[in-house]
Amino acid sequence: MSFLRPVKRLFLYEIVAGLALTFSYLFRRKVTVNYPYERGPLSPRFRGEHALRRYENGEERCIACKLCEAVCPAQAITIESAPRADGTRRTTRYDIDMTKCIFCGLCQEACPVEAIVEGPNFEFGTETREELYFTKERLLANGDRWEAAIAANIAADAKYR
Amino acid sequence: MPKLTINGIEVEVAQGTSVLQACEQLEIEVPHFCYHDRLSVPASCRMCLVEIEKMPKPVASCAQPCADGMVVHTDSAVVKKARKGVMELLLINHPLDCPICDQGGECDLQDQAVAYGCGCGRHHENKRIVGEKELGPLIKTAMTRCIQCTRCVRFVDEICGTPELGGLYRGEKMEIGTYVARALSSEMSGNLIDICPVGALTNKPAAFTARSWELQKTETIDVFDAIGCNIRVDMRGNDVVRVLPRLNEDINEEWINDKSRFAIDGLKRQRLDRPYVRRDGKLVPASWNEAFAVIAEKLRGIAPNRIAALAGDLVDCEAMFALKSLVAALGSPNLDCRQDGANYDVSTRAASIMNSGIAGIEESDAIVLIGTNPRHEGTLVNARIRKRWLRGGCRVGVIGATVDLGYPYQSIGTTPQGIADLMFGKHAFAAILKNAKKPMFILGAGALAREDGAALHRVVRELAEHFNAVREDWNGFNVFQHAASRIGGLDLDFLPQIGGQGTRAILGGAMEAVWLLGADEIDVTKLGNAFVVYQGHHGDVGAHRADVILPGAAYTEKTGIYVNTEGRPQVALQATFPPGEAREDWKIIRAFSEVYGEALPYDTLDTLRTKMFESAPVLANIGHCEKSGWSAFGFTGEVSAQPFAPVIENFYMTDPISRASATMAKCSDEILPLWEAAE
Repeated sequence: MSFLRPVKRLFLYEIVAGLALTFSYLFRRKVTVNYPYERGPLSPRFRGEHALRRYENGEERCIACKLCEAVCPAQAITIESAPRADGTRRTTRYDIDMTKCIFCGLCQEACPVEAIVEGPNFEFGTETREELYFTKERLLANGDRWEAAIAANIAADAKYR
Repeated sequence: MPKLTINGIEVEVAQGTSVLQACEQLEIEVPHFCYHDRLSVPASCRMCLVEIEKMPKPVASCAQPCADGMVVHTDSAVVKKARKGVMELLLINHPLDCPICDQGGECDLQDQAVAYGCGCGRHHENKRIVGEKELGPLIKTAMTRCIQCTRCVRFVDEICGTPELGGLYRGEKMEIGTYVARALSSEMSGNLIDICPVGALTNKPAAFTARSWELQKTETIDVFDAIGCNIRVDMRGNDVVRVLPRLNEDINEEWINDKSRFAIDGLKRQRLDRPYVRRDGKLVPASWNEAFAVIAEKLRGIAPNRIAALAGDLVDCEAMFALKSLVAALGSPNLDCRQDGANYDVSTRAASIMNSGIAGIEESDAIVLIGTNPRHEGTLVNARIRKRWLRGGCRVGVIGATVDLGYPYQSIGTTPQGIADLMFGKHAFAAILKNAKKPMFILGAGALAREDGAALHRVVRELAEHFNAVREDWNGFNVFQHAASRIGGLDLDFLPQIGGQGTRAILGGAMEAVWLLGADEIDVTKLGNAFVVYQGHHGDVGAHRADVILPGAAYTEKTGIYVNTEGRPQVALQATFPPGEAREDWKIIRAFSEVYGEALPYDTLDTLRTKMFESAPVLANIGHCEKSGWSAFGFTGEVSAQPFAPVIENFYMTDPISRASATMAKCSDEILPLWEAAE
């Protein structure tokens, strides 16, 4: 061992070995993707932008139980509720302050009706803070837009729950 | 005195104590649903099962009296298994709708299912569905959630005396309901919401608005009658969501009436939120300084003895004390806190308070109600009388209108002639009073507002003395007030000073300027052409007549002392903030005094209270009734033969707050006709 060391040093073994490894990557599969034209895979459990879902008949799922508001560690959720004209319990206001949200996913864990979910969308950056104060309309619109993806994710994850 | 062992702890309890009560004395938790310590014991829920040695099966501890030598286990394997089984049984038909249930978060069933249940259900059959019941504008039902503990049935039977609820059908089909679909007629029905251990009966006006965990709680005092019920005000943000009773054995036990509980939506309507000044016949918004300047200029041009002040029914002692000091600084002797025009002798405190105390009703063995309907004027006193009557050995007589009080009584005439009949032994009830050890005479303050009120006061005092109701150990002479501020006003001597005029003269058009401190129960047309300053919180009768309006704070929005009908001062705490530019009442008066150039000598509530306690030391004894000396009080005069008229026409609308309340308006529409039909 001791006699090999000066030899390795003399012939720049470490550098050659390093360059050889680098060179070998020329023939391997690329890992970078050409975002935004290409995208990497996302887990069904990915916690992205929030959405309020509806039932298939168009009825909103949220029943204003306020468990998400209670569990939210960042206190980003604000809910006001009242009886709707048909006497059912509904929210009159459902706000999420996305500047506060830490995307922990506890809201969707707490939700007894799978109304509030964190969908696969992570591309909702804005130019102003005000645009990140999500209202009920915005969240329901998110739900409508992403329903197919969200439903697929929930179905994919269901067997582990 | 049986001695028994519970979980290895030896304890001696009073004869007749149940095992569950003995456990509670030792602070050992025994879960239960149907048992309530103020109601009878049906032992129907079976949740309180405990193991008692030498007994073959687990025993329902609520119905098992303690016996000598008993050995009780509350945490053995048998007990745990029994509890699990009972909980599973109760949950067979209980819906899993906690997320939409208003009881969620403060539900006995929820808590106990977590603590004693088995974590999962084994039943996959359909749950039963029960249709909703119509119980009126105050109580929302979800009868599918009912676990048939029958607390509500027993409450209306035993505490309210209006047996309108019952169990229909049997077994699994059993339903709790009214036999005919109509509102509950009790004026204490709101308490059903508190005693229901599940979410079957919930608060209708506050339905779905808030969760128990997001409410801020303030412990304070109720002002809708003179009982001074201890309440807890729950707020969400700056909104009062609900009012709950607090336990106080001496006053309200653990109940409050429906007005105290549900009139709170009136706190958001018709509020005065900025000063107004009348210009060219119209009230126009003004700043505080403008309003003060107008008043100061006007008052400077009026002779002091033509200025007067009247205090209303919902006013705290601090405001009255400040106004009294202000009126004294103005040089006027004209002030009165009795806006109903009563003019009886208040030379000693015993002449105007309930000397026996509310808890004293339970010791009494003969009660005479004179010119009062306690059901409307102070519901909790009526509930106490009913409780006393229910225990047996107490007779009730009524001189006044024959109304439904919720317990049987003997009518001794509808006119003051009944007093003479008792005095001279002409009525059979006189013999009952003669033999009574602790007779009580309850004279309604409403009756004292009659023309002959002052003479009536003296006659009843003589009646009480005639039946030996005033002794060293017992004082059975009671004046039953119905306004929260009245005793406080009398203690502060908010009364005509030497050479001054009282309510009747002030309302006789003799004054050029009148300061109304929340006084709305007066006929404002009788104020004549006087310049009227109205200081208060609601746009009611007084504010409509006012020339200047100073917006004050309602009872939930200020810290103040109120004295109840027993003469017990209690502190009400501030729960919310007054709306807009409205301020606490004493501060308004203090601020005006500075503008006027007669600055009152206090800047903080503490210094004001110190001064107030100097002038009225009884107020400093917070929470306690001060005994006062007896004297031969009363004015001589003729007592008329007019029958006693009801003092309160509409129980649900007696003050500016309840008149502004939409819930109380619904009650007036739906519940009052039921009372009229019953009477």
